[in-house]
Amino acid sequence: MITVEQRTEFRKHFRYNVGRRLVLDKIVKGAVFVCVLVAIVPLIAILVNVFSNGASALSWEFLTQVPGAVGSDDPGGIGPAIQGTLVLIGLSSLIGVPVGVMGGIFLSEYGNNRYGRTVRFFNDVLAEFPTIVIGVFTFVLIVLTFGDFSVWAGSFALSIIMLPIIMRTTEESLKLVPVTYREAGYALGIRRWKVVFTIVLSSARSGLVTGILLSVARIAGETAPLVFTILGSSQFIQDFSGPVDALPLRIWRLSSLPYDSAVAQGWGGAFILIIIVLSINIGVRYLFLQKKGQTLLKFRKLGSV
Amino acid sequence: MISVKMKKGSSITDKIFKYVAIGAATYVLVIIAMIVINLTTGSAQIWQQEGISFLTGSDWNSVEGRESYGAAPYIMGTLVNAGIAMAISVPLSFGIAMFLSELAPKLLRTPLAMVIELLAAVPSVVYGLWGLLVFRTYIQNWIEVPLHNLFGDQSIIFAGTPFGLDIFTASVVLAIMIVPTIASISKEIMLAVPNSQREAAYMLGATKWEVFRIAVLPYSKSGLIGATILGLGRAVGETMAVTMLIGNATGAAAFPSSLFAPGQTLASIMANEFAEASQGGLHLAALIGVGLILFMMAFAINVVAHLLVSKVVKSHEGAVLA
Repeated sequence: MITVEQRTEFRKHFRYNVGRRLVLDKIVKGAVFVCVLVAIVPLIAILVNVFSNGASALSWEFLTQVPGAVGSDDPGGIGPAIQGTLVLIGLSSLIGVPVGVMGGIFLSEYGNNRYGRTVRFFNDVLAEFPTIVIGVFTFVLIVLTFGDFSVWAGSFALSIIMLPIIMRTTEESLKLVPVTYREAGYALGIRRWKVVFTIVLSSARSGLVTGILLSVARIAGETAPLVFTILGSSQFIQDFSGPVDALPLRIWRLSSLPYDSAVAQGWGGAFILIIIVLSINIGVRYLFLQKKGQTLLKFRKLGSV
Repeated sequence: MISVKMKKGSSITDKIFKYVAIGAATYVLVIIAMIVINLTTGSAQIWQQEGISFLTGSDWNSVEGRESYGAAPYIMGTLVNAGIAMAISVPLSFGIAMFLSELAPKLLRTPLAMVIELLAAVPSVVYGLWGLLVFRTYIQNWIEVPLHNLFGDQSIIFAGTPFGLDIFTASVVLAIMIVPTIASISKEIMLAVPNSQREAAYMLGATKWEVFRIAVLPYSKSGLIGATILGLGRAVGETMAVTMLIGNATGAAAFPSSLFAPGQTLASIMANEFAEASQGGLHLAALIGVGLILFMMAFAINVVAHLLVSKVVKSHEGAVLA
């Protein structure tokens, strides 16, 4: 039995305790808010600096000309770097996209077993590898074997970086397609491969496109593997088995030069790179969110949601 | 009568399709195996020459005739650099994740989460450029010089003339880079905690912080550790920003002694000296050997991280079903 004295004692203790707990709650909330501010300020500062410094460097010559001689009055442009980045993205997609999508199909359609789990695990591990290690690997495998830095070597290295991303997003988006879609296909007597290609892949289209575009955004900014595979050059591409230039590589080289014009060009290159990467990222999100709404609407009309 | 002709078994095209898919998936395993094989054969020369002293030695001399290579300072440099970056970024990231999953008003939540995810996509060379051209002067004048003047005499950690291109600057920029990564994964893990857990705690009269501590934190603990280790993996392998900021010392001078001394990491020594190494030489084999060490470190870190994260996801699936 609780006596009256015990009850008042408890109430006193409770009031004191509540006060302390509320204060602690306030302190933690304040600390969390400070964390957000501290982390956001430098991140915003980077974007502001790149946009304000980079925009002034832009001109038609900057985008299309070859770089001038180091330290000369005419700084030239970064045309070869932009061309090289576009070519590298295109060629590495030629390897990365088909293999990644087929691998994703395996994981989602046939991967519900031990082998599938193994592949999924190592795929996740590969996705987080230091990209410089992939660069060194490609250097040993291709550059040392064929004796020259080349577009091929760079594309191969970048395709390894994009592969796990595409594979994972393909698997995730194929898994979102309801089993009933597949069963409807089988019921019509359609072969399994045709069901996958015509029904499942087209239902998961927006997810696939999202994965591919995100992986392109990722490799567009990769520098470390390119140091070992394409070397850099100041000319437009003449030969696919020779050194080429790429945007991130050019930014790195420019940043180590002690001239004001080089620094300005570095900012300009960073501006273009960030525009490419962020526009892909924002575009994908916008596209995907809208698509999601539309499909949801379709389901509502069908009465299944 | 209509006769229905049944085809037995799966057709040949189906089989081909299945094997092509299996082949594409196997490609990933082949690539990882080839990375191990190529890095090992590429660096065989240095292991024969130096043996175990490649891991423990601190000489780094590429002058012909006096060649001697030891990667110990760079291994230490990588660990110290990543360690400082983690010490700064983990509390910040957890703070952001907690804000996004528990405290933020709906109106702020989506845009803030999107900004953080976009920042994770900014290429590392841009972080490096910003660190080199903008951040360096601020950190040198506002943080390094005052710290050096206050504690430089008493403690070796703050000794060394602050120049801006040193272990401290590289670590801080690295921390800024990995905050978005850790924060966005942690946020997902905290959001995966079922609301019933939070409601049970609220029902007992808990404050927001107490709900977080007694309901959210225990539930997401191993996932948060996994997110941290994933961030560590990224910090260890990060190349460009660190190369541009760490000051590039070599040999015994690269041993991290003071925060304000230039250092070197495994990744940055490769990016820096690669252009000087001649094909087929011992120097190149040494750099590939450094790559092999980095590969081993990153592989171990990532395997542990993924085991932890997948365990959480599995237990969550179970919880949702139950």
